[in-house]
Amino acid sequence: MATSGFELLWQTAPQLATGAGRTLAISACGIALATVLGLAYGIGRTLGIAWLDRSLRVYLAAWRAIPVLVWLYLFFFGLPMFLGLSVPAFACVVCVLGLWGASEVGEVVRGALRSLPAGQRDAALAIGLGRLQAYAWVLLPLARKRMTPGVINVYTRIIKTSSLAVLIGVVDVTKIAQQIIERTYASVTLYSFLFVFFFLACYPLSVLSRRLEQRWSH
Amino acid sequence: MSDVIELRGFSKHFGAHPVLNGIDLAVRQGEVVVILGPSGCGKSTLLRCLNGLEQGSAGELRFNGERLDARSDWRAVRQQVGMVFQSYQLFGHLRVLDNILLGPLRVQKRAPQEAQAQALALLERVGLADKALAWPRELSGGQQQRIAIVRALCMNPKVMLFDEVTAALDPEMVKEVLEVILDLAEAGMTLLIVTHEMAFARAVADRIVFMDGGRIAEQSPPEAFFSNPQTARAQQFLERFSYVENLPRRKAS
Repeated sequence: MATSGFELLWQTAPQLATGAGRTLAISACGIALATVLGLAYGIGRTLGIAWLDRSLRVYLAAWRAIPVLVWLYLFFFGLPMFLGLSVPAFACVVCVLGLWGASEVGEVVRGALRSLPAGQRDAALAIGLGRLQAYAWVLLPLARKRMTPGVINVYTRIIKTSSLAVLIGVVDVTKIAQQIIERTYASVTLYSFLFVFFFLACYPLSVLSRRLEQRWSH
Repeated sequence: MSDVIELRGFSKHFGAHPVLNGIDLAVRQGEVVVILGPSGCGKSTLLRCLNGLEQGSAGELRFNGERLDARSDWRAVRQQVGMVFQSYQLFGHLRVLDNILLGPLRVQKRAPQEAQAQALALLERVGLADKALAWPRELSGGQQQRIAIVRALCMNPKVMLFDEVTAALDPEMVKEVLEVILDLAEAGMTLLIVTHEMAFARAVADRIVFMDGGRIAEQSPPEAFFSNPQTARAQQFLERFSYVENLPRRKAS
């Protein structure tokens, strides 16, 4: 029997590390997906194409109105039931986090792009850049400083929300901690560990956000 | 000389509101055309239509004899029709030189060394050779506007469009920008200029186009236009400007 909290954590370190790795993997994949799709969403909503704008607004409303947990159940239990499509739990979580994150990142990107003077787009087009080139070389770089804090905020929310994965049986860091608690009743120790773990996963992102804002402040 | 730009019955409306109404205009190679008119007469919209930032609703627009519409390859046209805006629109995330080189390198895919040599030569020409590595926000309005002109020139356009390029500048910076434009006119470049600087219009123009209510009300050589405007609307317009210039000294109380 473990005598102190630290001893317990030391003994269970391999399992906790596996769980932590899985949580970080889910978060990283979710963040990557959210970033790519979020940029596409933000660009799509500032192109001035009516049908695209309307579809993306419906997309946003759907992800805003329905809890992420419900989406997770829909993907994990709903897809096999209605479409006969069975998706592994890990992929389900990544998809849901990515698609939900995309709506949040996308709104931040859209807001930052909308805040640019309209003349900047004209000027980019006037030197012969194509519409997407104008985004790549002018509009997104101009908006990146303004979008950074908002986007990083979404990233930290994705990391924290990744613990919902437990509910469809993914063995992430939260699940491992629960299992150890069930065995040892050392809930204070394990929850303290989770507290520190999530803080350490999120805090560097906040620091990065501040650094990038400074770097891009010209 | 051949016509570089040719408009026939060209119209543009935003919704039900007509902005340009049956414009007929031909601009010859090397000609300097100054477009005057009251606010909202459509002169800026006309310039924006000439490089496809707005599309016409009816009528014909030709560039180098080739008819242009919404389906045309405007990216190719814009490389030949440079545009400078009232509020400079330099890209704040790029240094001066990178602002200028964005088009030549990304759009025209030119060799970096050759493009950079041209950019530096153009900066020299507008008196800003020492600002190549500056950030836009470090420059005055007049300097930014001269850089914006260089950015357009570095694409080697056939025509330059100037849309009220001195309207946002402090009076003491207007001169340095107008001198650059005069220099281009003297070098034989085709220019279309929208401005409210009457003395400059008179000095630089081969022809004045006076617009009112989305139509061309009158076209004439500058001397004729300023000394003897044909339409009542143009007379009225010029009187407003001369009113300010000839304002008598207030009697001291």
